[in-house]
Amino acid sequence: MLGRVHRWFFTIVIVATMPVAAFANDWGMGESNSKIPPSSIFDTVSTPAHEIRTLAFFTCSITAVIFLIVAGLLVISLIRDRARQGDNGREPPQVYGSNPIEFAWTTVPVLIVLVLFLTTARTIYSVQAPRRPPGAISVHVIGHQWWWEFHYPELGIVTANELHVPLSDPKNPTPTFLDLESVDVAHSFWVPRLAGKTDVIPNKKNTMWIDPHVAGTYLGQCAEFCGTEHAMMLLRVIVEPRADFDNWVAAQKQPAAVDASVAHGQQIFESTACVNCHAIQGTGANGRFGPDLTHLMARETIGAGVAMNNLDHLRVWVRDPSVMKPGALMPAMNLDDKDLDDLVAYLATLR
Amino acid sequence: MAGTIDREMGLDAVDDLEQLPILGRLHEWVITVDHKRLGLMYITGGLFFFLVAGLQAATIRLQLAVPNSGIVPPQVFNRLLTMHGTAMVFLVGMPILTGLFNYLVPLMIGARDLAFPRLNAFGFWLWFFGALLLYFSYIGGDGLYGAGSAPDVGWFAYAPLTELPFSRGNSTDYWILSILLTTVGSTATAANIVSSVFCMRCEGMTLTKMPVLVWLATVVSFMILVALPPLSAAQVMLLLDRFLGAHFFDTQAGGSAVLWQHFFWIFGHPEVYILVIPAFAFASEIIPVFSRKVIFGYSVMVAASCAIGFISMSVWAHHMFSVGMTPAGNSFFAASSMLVGVPTGIKIFNWLGTMWRGKLRFKVPMLFSIAFLFQFLVAGLTGIMLAVAPFDWQLTDTYFVVAHFHYVLVGAIVFMIFAAIYYWFPKATGRMLSERLGRWHFWLFVIGFHLTFDTEHFAGMQGMPRRIYTYQPGRGLETLNFVASIGALVQGIAVLIFVINVVRSLRSGEPAGDDPWDAWTLEWSTTSPPPEYNFATLPVVRSRRPLWDLKHPDDPDWRYE
Repeated sequence: MLGRVHRWFFTIVIVATMPVAAFANDWGMGESNSKIPPSSIFDTVSTPAHEIRTLAFFTCSITAVIFLIVAGLLVISLIRDRARQGDNGREPPQVYGSNPIEFAWTTVPVLIVLVLFLTTARTIYSVQAPRRPPGAISVHVIGHQWWWEFHYPELGIVTANELHVPLSDPKNPTPTFLDLESVDVAHSFWVPRLAGKTDVIPNKKNTMWIDPHVAGTYLGQCAEFCGTEHAMMLLRVIVEPRADFDNWVAAQKQPAAVDASVAHGQQIFESTACVNCHAIQGTGANGRFGPDLTHLMARETIGAGVAMNNLDHLRVWVRDPSVMKPGALMPAMNLDDKDLDDLVAYLATLR
Repeated sequence: MAGTIDREMGLDAVDDLEQLPILGRLHEWVITVDHKRLGLMYITGGLFFFLVAGLQAATIRLQLAVPNSGIVPPQVFNRLLTMHGTAMVFLVGMPILTGLFNYLVPLMIGARDLAFPRLNAFGFWLWFFGALLLYFSYIGGDGLYGAGSAPDVGWFAYAPLTELPFSRGNSTDYWILSILLTTVGSTATAANIVSSVFCMRCEGMTLTKMPVLVWLATVVSFMILVALPPLSAAQVMLLLDRFLGAHFFDTQAGGSAVLWQHFFWIFGHPEVYILVIPAFAFASEIIPVFSRKVIFGYSVMVAASCAIGFISMSVWAHHMFSVGMTPAGNSFFAASSMLVGVPTGIKIFNWLGTMWRGKLRFKVPMLFSIAFLFQFLVAGLTGIMLAVAPFDWQLTDTYFVVAHFHYVLVGAIVFMIFAAIYYWFPKATGRMLSERLGRWHFWLFVIGFHLTFDTEHFAGMQGMPRRIYTYQPGRGLETLNFVASIGALVQGIAVLIFVINVVRSLRSGEPAGDDPWDAWTLEWSTTSPPPEYNFATLPVVRSRRPLWDLKHPDDPDWRYE
């Protein structure tokens, strides 16, 4: 009997999990992301996130104390005041109210709210109206359905989905100031360990700043529902020492590499619809709808974080992006195998 | 004596209907203008959509149980989350609460019906067809090819995602039109309740002698009259954008995306209180009866509810802390949002004061009310955390918010709806619900609820945004989501037990008698179920607890009020 129940149970579990196994696909992201620590809002590495954390701890302590007091009183009442069998059956004394008690439990919360509000207002002003030191970096962030475009106006760099910023030394701070704007629907820029989120809205310029003190890669994600692929609008912020950042800047400023061995692939790129949407500096391609591909291979991921960036994944992506990212606005290119290989070979040279 | 209530009911008027054939009986329900029948129709309709939208929630949790799951494709998932949210607010919360008020207010004020019975029926049928329209979108849309074009823009329908360039086809139009219809229905009911409370009270029932529930129904109705028109206005503007090329919210043509958010939350935040104040109302009736004590601080309780009504009109932009308001704007809305905590806290303390030194009877309605107190306490405190604007910059649009408002919408409202159903079911049907099944329902629901929504607080703090159809492994989210999904399953089983309980009791429940809980308000003075016109002779009252006066002629309430 038990054996049969067992068998049934496992059959049900296996059948129930089959669809999960059949459809699951992580394109190598699990392995790579598990090397990046989780994005806890309390594990902060940047000034505005620190300030929020301090206020958050203060708020949590107040609410915890209130919870313990009120819940404690409730539990006392539940244990002590339960109706017992065999008592006299009479109703308990009827208490209609008490002015002093009610005055007390109105006044005390008002005082708590006052303290909490003053602390909150101070943090609001210090995070929203920061001093901008001379060495600050500017980045213009543009939200698209479903990827991020980054312009460094003072450095002349355009890139996508992976934001490189220099490490900021508390003694000699080089924070990064972000101007945020959207070209389509509302998005929200959020890298939990670096700062709170700021919405990215069409026809409205928002600003925020980050001031990271620890080098590393930090994962962020669009936080405002923006349509089909909202879940797969990821971004990475790579915080690196100043020298590394300067090297990266120098490399990004180069025009695209030219390599005669992949001329056919380049020709395919320039003669198909690719050029309507993508730009490659130093070639005829100057589309603006999709990510700038000049230094494509310098990025760790493709499709705004949907997959690790390697030739196999690029091939799947170019053949039909909706396989990796259903709803992605890039169409399937309908290339035959030979052309696809040549095109991917060309893309592989864009370092 | 003056406190007497006439208990001689016009029982001969009770149903010859039972003799009619089934179509005839159905016809009687369709043409009815009786507030009790309409109330039950609202509640039944709401419970039906509760099951539907609950199944959609279960599908959402199934998809999120493991990372990178592919059970539900992204667009289907977005439809699920839109329909789940929209249905739970407009097709579940609103009709069930409207229905309970519809049923109870005339009985509690000793009236024979609402002021405008036919307006009441009109409101119900508008709601009913609006509700059908929303789900019809699954099979309607753009002809055959649009099959399954249910709305996928979120229940908040933020512009410009809802504008034509980003939302083709008719799914968004279904969302707009169905909600327009249901809100007109709610507005009609609200006007009806306000008129009834002010004009139909029985002799002796001054405003200060109304049951707390009636007071809160009035506050909620006023809030509905003020809060729903901005939503309808915004929806009409969006329709103009979509069909006539206006540019209110069309950012591609210079419109404003933030304007929609202001309109939506000027409605949306009071809406939260419109849904939760009825939960307060049920708690204020149930907790005293099962504590055997009069409600502690009646007038402060009423004043606090009015204060919540007023303050809730000035807190809407706390949904928009990350939208890029000025520091002054953020500070203002942080302050007003925190301030709501004060009257809300007063209410929790007053319920506690009511239980203090009472004789608590842990019947099923009381069990749900106690769980409500704990869960609403947590919801209030996480609400304070979200009102701290900088903290909100981290928490908004994450699963922390999902957890917070499910503590309000499920932990407070759904729990109190269940409490109210267990409490008033005997009055409406004449039969008791099973106490044993009720306890199973309660404990499984509490356990499932906390498994699901406790964990989501932590998923949010771990960086999990809302409204994502999937997430990647290695982000510290696997365990939390898996536990949350198990919790959803447990909640589902609990609701199933509730359905079984209702069906069983309707057929063969224990007869209830007029006043099974030994309660004090007027509805318990008439038969169960009440006759068509409620009272054979209209009651006369002298205090807030007329049946207490009857039962305790030596120590009546009116001496103390």
